[in-house]
Amino acid sequence: MRKSYGHVVAVAGVDLTVEEGEFFTLLGPSGSGKTTLLRLIAGFERPDAGRIELGGRDVTSVPPHLRETNTVFQDYALFPHMTVGDNIGYGLRVKGVARGERSKRIERALRMVRLVGLDRRRPSQLSGGQRQRVALARAVVNEPEVLLLDEPLGALDLKLRQEMQLELKRIQKEVGITFVYVTHDQEEALTMSDRVAVMSNGRIEQIGLPVDVYERPATEFVAGFIGISNLLTRDGIRFVIRPEKLHMLLEGDTAERGMTVEPGVLEQVIYVGQSTRYNVRLDRGEHLVAVRQNTEAADESHELEGRRIRLAWASDHTYVLDQPQPPDGEPATADNSKER
Amino acid sequence: MEGFWTKLALRFWAALILLFLFIPILLIFFYAFNTSNIESWPIPGLTLNWFYATWDDPSVRSALLLSVQAGLVATALALVLGSFAAFAIHRSAFFGRDAVSLLFILPLALPGIITGIALNAAFSFSGVTFSIWTIIVGHATFCIVVVYNNVLARLRRTQGSLIEAAADLGANGFQTFRDITLPLISTAVVAGAMLAFALSFDEVIVTTFTAGAQSTLPIWIFGQIRHGILLPEVNVVVSFVILVTVIPVLVAARLTGTGGAARVPAAR
Repeated sequence: MRKSYGHVVAVAGVDLTVEEGEFFTLLGPSGSGKTTLLRLIAGFERPDAGRIELGGRDVTSVPPHLRETNTVFQDYALFPHMTVGDNIGYGLRVKGVARGERSKRIERALRMVRLVGLDRRRPSQLSGGQRQRVALARAVVNEPEVLLLDEPLGALDLKLRQEMQLELKRIQKEVGITFVYVTHDQEEALTMSDRVAVMSNGRIEQIGLPVDVYERPATEFVAGFIGISNLLTRDGIRFVIRPEKLHMLLEGDTAERGMTVEPGVLEQVIYVGQSTRYNVRLDRGEHLVAVRQNTEAADESHELEGRRIRLAWASDHTYVLDQPQPPDGEPATADNSKER
Repeated sequence: MEGFWTKLALRFWAALILLFLFIPILLIFFYAFNTSNIESWPIPGLTLNWFYATWDDPSVRSALLLSVQAGLVATALALVLGSFAAFAIHRSAFFGRDAVSLLFILPLALPGIITGIALNAAFSFSGVTFSIWTIIVGHATFCIVVVYNNVLARLRRTQGSLIEAAADLGANGFQTFRDITLPLISTAVVAGAMLAFALSFDEVIVTTFTAGAQSTLPIWIFGQIRHGILLPEVNVVVSFVILVTVIPVLVAARLTGTGGAARVPAAR
């Protein structure tokens, strides 16, 4: 069986098929249309043109309360006047599930999100992370065909966010429900997803495995949005090379066979804990970023700033962009890594 | 950081203002227990006789009954119309919504005398006989606003995603209203109703123009003061009115958590 969300024109044309049981992520900057797409799937918005299918059934004109989807809202939208247990059980209650069955399923959902014993609390008595789990339990307990998650981890701090990423992935495997996950955080997308759709200006730029969108970006936008990319044009061919694939050669070092070598100046060395960033200006003008893992004790390489070096890369580590676009003055290096 | 003397002066000033506001009210309480029917200070002695006399006075009883009836019906009317108007304005976006919203609030901002004269003219024009119903209509004009304002303010403070969340979980429009919207706005509705009743209960100006031969309690008080008789009974009734109006206002303030600010329009 396939779940397909047909041709939806909301901001622009989007044609997308999500497989059953998949963890699918819509990744893009704010305003890229990813949340609108999610709201179309949930039924909060009506498409101007196009169809939305759920398990082969056309649900385009089905109102949200009759759709087999459930949403984890960005602001959680927990009912403040209900206890945690009543919040989680609300979907079952309005569907007429008997009290006994209901409390059994609430209990199971609480265990799944590790909140056993908190069912009598009010949402206002919970921490941000706990509220997030309640919102998740409230949606999952209904066993929808598709679970929609709208930046659910956006309000949490970094450590909690990383914990919840793993938790979400575990829960998704446990329940086997299709997850459609919206985020602007590329690391989140790469960590959790089976497949990622990168969106920009209401269009999908690329759909693929996390390794595809990272290693083989289809467009300049994707290359720039996910991680740090170095964009180079040599002999009329535009290609991307990731910072960790660049080898930095000091005087006396020799490149491995078959590598391309270009000279430049090491302008800046930035120590970022687990790795060190090297900002290099090639003699041909481009600014590139190279990254080296600090696998051994970090070297005191600040003294290297201003030194002439050479950068080397293997051609099979470069990725040629599909559609060459005219240069539009954008910087060749784009850094979208989140530092929150 | 204010100095010691500034602080002292501010406190002194605040105390003066409070005394200015509340001494006259306290005075009425004392006069209600006055053994003499002449208002002079200090009062010669304390008695409960005026309370018995007032309780036995049929004109007080009928005025009180009329006030309570008019207040309850006007409040009930305001509850229905005010809440519905608030839902309509909150839910839908249409051309001229702000203008309509302003028109709803206008009766409260208009001087009571204008509302009174306008209603009086309209009733006379259409041949409606003045009765408790004309009083109720007069009171409803501003009671609706109080309920409308309270409910609308609460609706605006409520997360919009809650309604979507209920729909997302499978609740239809009625279930969403019953389980989510109504519990969330209930305290605002109750507060609005209490304020509306308090406003209606002490209304004089609009009532003067819309009442027939009957007197509401404030009108009765007004008449007694003008005639200068039965002053001790007036003091008893006024003390009672103060209690009846202050208690719901305090409860309403607690329910909405806005302090007494909502009572301000009553000072028109």
